[in-house]
Amino acid sequence: MTTLTKTEDASAPTGPESFLSVRDLKVQFSTEDGIVKAVDGLSFDVERGKTLGIVGESGSGKSVTNLTILGLHNPRTSTIDGEIVLDGKELVTAGERELERLRGNKMAMIFQDPLTALSPFYTVGRQLSEPFMKHRGASRKEARDRAIQMLEKVGIPQPKVRFDDYPHQFSGGMRQRAMIAMALMCDPELLIADEPTTALDVTVQAQILDLLKDLQQEFGSAIIFITHDLGVISHMADDLLVMYAGRAVERGTVREVLHEPKHPYTWGLLSSMPRLDSDLDQHLTPIPGSPPSLLNPPAGCRFHPRCAFKEEVQGNLCSEVRPPLGDGRAAACHLTAEQKQTIFIDKIQPRLR
Amino acid sequence: MSDNLTLPAPQGTSGTPADALLEVKGLTKHFPIYGGFPIKRRVGAVQAVDGIDLTVGVGESVGLVGESGCGKSTTGRLITRLLEPTAGSITYAGQDITHASRRQIAPVRSEIQMIFQDPYSSLNPRQTVGSIIKSPMEVNGIEPEGGREKKVRELLELVGLNPEHYNRFPHEFSGGQRQRIGVARALALNPKLIVADEPVSALDVSIQAQVVNLLQEVQRELGIAFLFIAHDLAVVRHFSQRVAVMYLGKVVEVGDRESIYNRPRHPYTHALLSAVPEVGVDSEAADRERIRLSGDVPSPIHPPSGCRFRTRCWKAQDKCATEEPPLVQLSGNGDGHLTACHFPEDPTTGSRGDDIVMDPALMAMEEGDTPEA
Amino acid sequence: MLQFIIRRTVGAVVTLFLIGAVTFFLFVAAPSDYASLACGKDCSPQRLEDIRQALGLNLPITQQFWDFMSGIFVGRDFPTGHCTAPCLGQSFYSGEMVWSTIMDRFPTTLTLTAGGAVVFLVVGVGAGMIAAYRRGSVVDKVATSASMVLSSFQIYLLGPIVLWIFVYSTGWMENPGYVPITQDPWGWFVGMLLPTLVMATIFTAQYTRMARSSMIEQLAEEHVRTARAKGMSRKYVFFRYAWRGALIPIVTVLGIDLSSMLGGAVVTELTFSLQGIGRLAVDGAIHKDLPMTMGVMLFGAFFILIFNILTDIAYAWIDPRVRLS
Repeated sequence: MTTLTKTEDASAPTGPESFLSVRDLKVQFSTEDGIVKAVDGLSFDVERGKTLGIVGESGSGKSVTNLTILGLHNPRTSTIDGEIVLDGKELVTAGERELERLRGNKMAMIFQDPLTALSPFYTVGRQLSEPFMKHRGASRKEARDRAIQMLEKVGIPQPKVRFDDYPHQFSGGMRQRAMIAMALMCDPELLIADEPTTALDVTVQAQILDLLKDLQQEFGSAIIFITHDLGVISHMADDLLVMYAGRAVERGTVREVLHEPKHPYTWGLLSSMPRLDSDLDQHLTPIPGSPPSLLNPPAGCRFHPRCAFKEEVQGNLCSEVRPPLGDGRAAACHLTAEQKQTIFIDKIQPRLR
Repeated sequence: MSDNLTLPAPQGTSGTPADALLEVKGLTKHFPIYGGFPIKRRVGAVQAVDGIDLTVGVGESVGLVGESGCGKSTTGRLITRLLEPTAGSITYAGQDITHASRRQIAPVRSEIQMIFQDPYSSLNPRQTVGSIIKSPMEVNGIEPEGGREKKVRELLELVGLNPEHYNRFPHEFSGGQRQRIGVARALALNPKLIVADEPVSALDVSIQAQVVNLLQEVQRELGIAFLFIAHDLAVVRHFSQRVAVMYLGKVVEVGDRESIYNRPRHPYTHALLSAVPEVGVDSEAADRERIRLSGDVPSPIHPPSGCRFRTRCWKAQDKCATEEPPLVQLSGNGDGHLTACHFPEDPTTGSRGDDIVMDPALMAMEEGDTPEA
Repeated sequence: MLQFIIRRTVGAVVTLFLIGAVTFFLFVAAPSDYASLACGKDCSPQRLEDIRQALGLNLPITQQFWDFMSGIFVGRDFPTGHCTAPCLGQSFYSGEMVWSTIMDRFPTTLTLTAGGAVVFLVVGVGAGMIAAYRRGSVVDKVATSASMVLSSFQIYLLGPIVLWIFVYSTGWMENPGYVPITQDPWGWFVGMLLPTLVMATIFTAQYTRMARSSMIEQLAEEHVRTARAKGMSRKYVFFRYAWRGALIPIVTVLGIDLSSMLGGAVVTELTFSLQGIGRLAVDGAIHKDLPMTMGVMLFGAFFILIFNILTDIAYAWIDPRVRLS
């Protein structure tokens, strides 16, 4: 198993031009119940100006990964191995001072629930101004001007007045806009959006998603967009990484992964989800069981206990050997390429009508 | 001008099933707000639900969709009589239960059951699964054939849980399994109507389908009528035969699934459908209209006059502010497809020449982009 | 805000009146007759009647109550002299005016409370914050275990031990006692040092634990994480973001503690034989001294209500959601 992990390591994509590159990242938390292997050997790249979507369910390690990039885990309870290189700078070994200079400046984050993610004690304006004053050495006045400009940019009416309001005086959609404005204060080159629209209503979500896309065109940031919603991701991302139980199981462009998925888990996700245009008589095909506990994850392929196709693989490969995730377009599964092709065409595609 | 387009709402025609199990008329719930100085008094009301009509036929599944604050959950709670209606009437199987007392409602209550959103907080953590499912039978003094325990084991099996788990506690189960326990509890009294309030929205995608399938089996095989309350339009479409769309305490459009999803007339329904992000190829996405509203839903304390959607509507005219549009069958609508709009949209969800973008920030940026593009 | 304060003040006055009424009628209804107690064993009916007359116990209950309540605002005349407002009556037991007795004793209790508060806020909250900031370090472990041990102590246990060490066995200090600060500041300080410190020690332990746990809770808040994700330093986030939220539980408990201490730090006063409000309350109850008991009761209730209002004002100051809703 270890050897296979190594091979993956060696064959992982190594684009010299990639702006953010994560290699064989492992994040473990020590808890009272034992060690949680939240992320286990994850590698991916993000290019400038592109959006990488990371999709997965709760406990898949998608949020943990991104807090790790920002270096926000408590070093006392977590162990982090592997490499995170942002524009040539290694982050896993970087000191706290250095990370502080990058956070909110070169890399910024948008959190899920803007109500709890903004401090109730300070005005929106103050919370926006802080990073600008810190990273740019701007005066209070300059920061205020910049904040008002950004609030206007994200579509908050009367930004001069709203600058002095507290988050609880904003509506849900407006709060998330303020959060986006806050993340963009210092023109970050990497923007991490962690389920930024999950707490919002669908019409507001549509506004915010379009806004993020338009802003990306204007600012040219690279975006890591985390979500559990395949619909949202197909709207937002260029490339897609599917995560399951702390590992990446499939990688490719959004089109490739959503239209010719190669991993049984991705198949399961797509066929368990009703769509607005799906055939009305089409029964949903759920994935049986529930995601594993990361305290004691299954050996081999972590998805194998829920996999409907493990019998098609010879021997005990699925339960004993971790399937590697190859270069570029790839799926971490022991099924052969032909098997994947046949199963998808014969069994999966009919379900997606 | 729209007046001559509209027809009076048909009474008891094929659109509203003749054998109505539940009939709601003018249902209203206002939550009073107290304040003032020096003596506290009623200073206003949250108009959570404001005069809605709704019918659920025997064995029928009706979806109730809308965004937060539209009053869909309040409606569910009014129908199950967890809340006391301010006005209007609720008729269940010909019996008026709007203000029925505890005793009067007792026989009906066992026939109307509820499934809640949060599988973590809606089950008592100190009770075993067996006693959770058993308790509705105990409360209502029902002794099924073969005893309550046998019935509970049957129910556990029915919802896909191991009957051996009778003595386990809720925390030993995953979210999806807990929701199954909630379903088993709702089924314990052989209900005829289940009000399911966002039954899958707290669950992971792969688990959602398990619960949706279970509910669908229950609905089809046991002939139980469902009022399925959810914000996820795709799930509602998958589950419901008829759908009502709510906005700010009003039903703005109701009809069979086909009409609502493929031939919507109300601008809000159009906006809602167009906002759903779909897994689609780019060419498919281009076929759909693009509508981006501005801002959020207004406060239900001071809802807009006339048509409540008018403040965010691209077709709004003076009439919309002065006159509340009635929920009627517009010409061109199928039977039972009612729309409350003075200036309805064309019955299509296809792409139109121009996108409708009301949001000022999007407008600014997209207009700015055009010359470069 | 002003409206809020006015409303709360009006509420407080009404509450005080109700507390007075309830205490008064409960006391009168209780199966004990102060006059016959005061009269002693060989009591003649004539003497009993005289005592009743002197104490005003022969008047109808409503009249007695009215006299008591009106005395608070306009003063009252007793056979022994005039009692100026706020008149809480005349002690049955000592014959002193209740208000002046309370005013005599109050400085002792005030010294205890104020001195104790300074110590447990500075040391207790400070230690708790340091422990939270360096969670898991040696400092944290020492602070946590020390506060655990100390908070399981009781004043009536710690008090005598301290007295034995510093007063009886070594003779380093005089027996504690209150000397007015205006007379002899050094004597005041030395006299109250031991009781204040002993009381503060117990509270310090509690405040350390509370401050630590609420800081840790706040540090786990999402908005604190957001502030870190903006690049704000750990120290800045700790003192600007987490501290603000942690203040709320501290202020809540502080309000309750201060108001109950000012109404009489009974255990500390008894342990160190100090003549404070707490002692007065206990004595009043033992001697069935209605005016004294009622006086002390109302005096204590007054502080509870005042601190209630102050706590709410503090909430509004800390949290804009309270202020602006």
